[in-house]
Amino acid sequence: MAEIIENTGGKEKGKRKPKKHSTAIDMTPMVDLMCLLITFFMLTTAFSKPKIMEIVLPEKVKDTTKVKSPQIAASRTFNIILAENDLIYWYVGLADPTKPPLPALTRTDYSKDGIRKVLLEKNKDLFKKIYELKDKIISGKLVIPKDSVNSEIKKLKNSDEIGPIVLIKAKDNIKYKNFVDIIDEMAITNIARYAVVDINSVEVKMLESVPK
Amino acid sequence: MSKIKIHKQSPHVDMTPMVDLFSLLLTFFMLTTSFRPQEATIIDTPSSISEKMAPDKEILTISIDKDGKCYFNVDNGPDTSTMFRAKVLEKMAEKYELKFTDKQIDKFSKLNSFGMPVQMLGKWIDAKDQAKRDALYNQLRIAKKDGIPMDSTDNQLAWWIFFTRQIDVNIDVGIKADMETDYKVVKKVLDILQDKNVNRFNLTTNLEKVEVKLDK
Repeated sequence: MAEIIENTGGKEKGKRKPKKHSTAIDMTPMVDLMCLLITFFMLTTAFSKPKIMEIVLPEKVKDTTKVKSPQIAASRTFNIILAENDLIYWYVGLADPTKPPLPALTRTDYSKDGIRKVLLEKNKDLFKKIYELKDKIISGKLVIPKDSVNSEIKKLKNSDEIGPIVLIKAKDNIKYKNFVDIIDEMAITNIARYAVVDINSVEVKMLESVPK
Repeated sequence: MSKIKIHKQSPHVDMTPMVDLFSLLLTFFMLTTSFRPQEATIIDTPSSISEKMAPDKEILTISIDKDGKCYFNVDNGPDTSTMFRAKVLEKMAEKYELKFTDKQIDKFSKLNSFGMPVQMLGKWIDAKDQAKRDALYNQLRIAKKDGIPMDSTDNQLAWWIFFTRQIDVNIDVGIKADMETDYKVVKKVLDILQDKNVNRFNLTTNLEKVEVKLDK
């Protein structure tokens, strides 16, 4: 394959002198091939493996008569309604038509100063604890193995008794992106308890009466 | 006066450093590469802060594209001898009273995600290359038969999930949907999964860094 270039520069004078072979090999074909292969591998390679976000939904209860739905304090309930056009409405407490007045809906969005600010405000206590824990680990004040960091955070989350319990209710005509975004917000603001539930008819009516 | 001799320069460039570098790069790429799998459709996933890696073995992936069409994929399991794909297909064939030849089943286990009624699957397996498969998808699109059926009259997606979980009980479920997919479709898929007692999902996302700080 490789062609050896002979030294043809000077005329040989003596017969006895052995033919001088240059050691230089023509590497052009090799380089060509390598270029090709590199390009191929560069184009086909997938460097960043896709990331995943884990969510756990509550088990479907087939027989509702047997299982009582968990009782939660109304003041801790924080309802998020995801509506079309990237809008979010939220209210605190229960929307019970038998006990008027109905809570007022507040409109916000997915931006940094939107729902995140509200959630952070509500979840200040827990967020601070987790933030301090992470800070301690980063600054080296607290040395714990990497694996147990998550379990420490989980412990903090489980012991949380005052943070909001977020109920995420999504309308059917929103985009999947909105759904992922709101679950992501839960992770960002370290909400300990949240659930994805169906929107009920009272809330649909409340949404309709909201001035556009 | 003698002429000034111009030193004859050889046109040959010393390519050794170049070759060195190239071989280095080539080795690097060859060792780090993991081939991008052929996808049935382009899906632009939303981003999240999650840094968890997607598992590459024992995962059942349901892809949902912009138009709400479902694609199903399952890998062959922890090693090649498990042949999960082939087994799932056999179960599906039995359920829908279809016949697949051994050759077809073998080929199916080497393929990737698909989105069509199981009745059409034979054609898809027999397609010689990607171009033929794309053509088949186009045909199905025109006939409005693309995507795995998941309505209540013919819920094939549910059966795919059911059989896959029957064959591999440890399988994880991943959902890969496009940013613009209607939530309604995603919810339906989640509902189907929950009916089959799957309550833990992995949503495929892109990584996005977010810094959050409390005021004061």
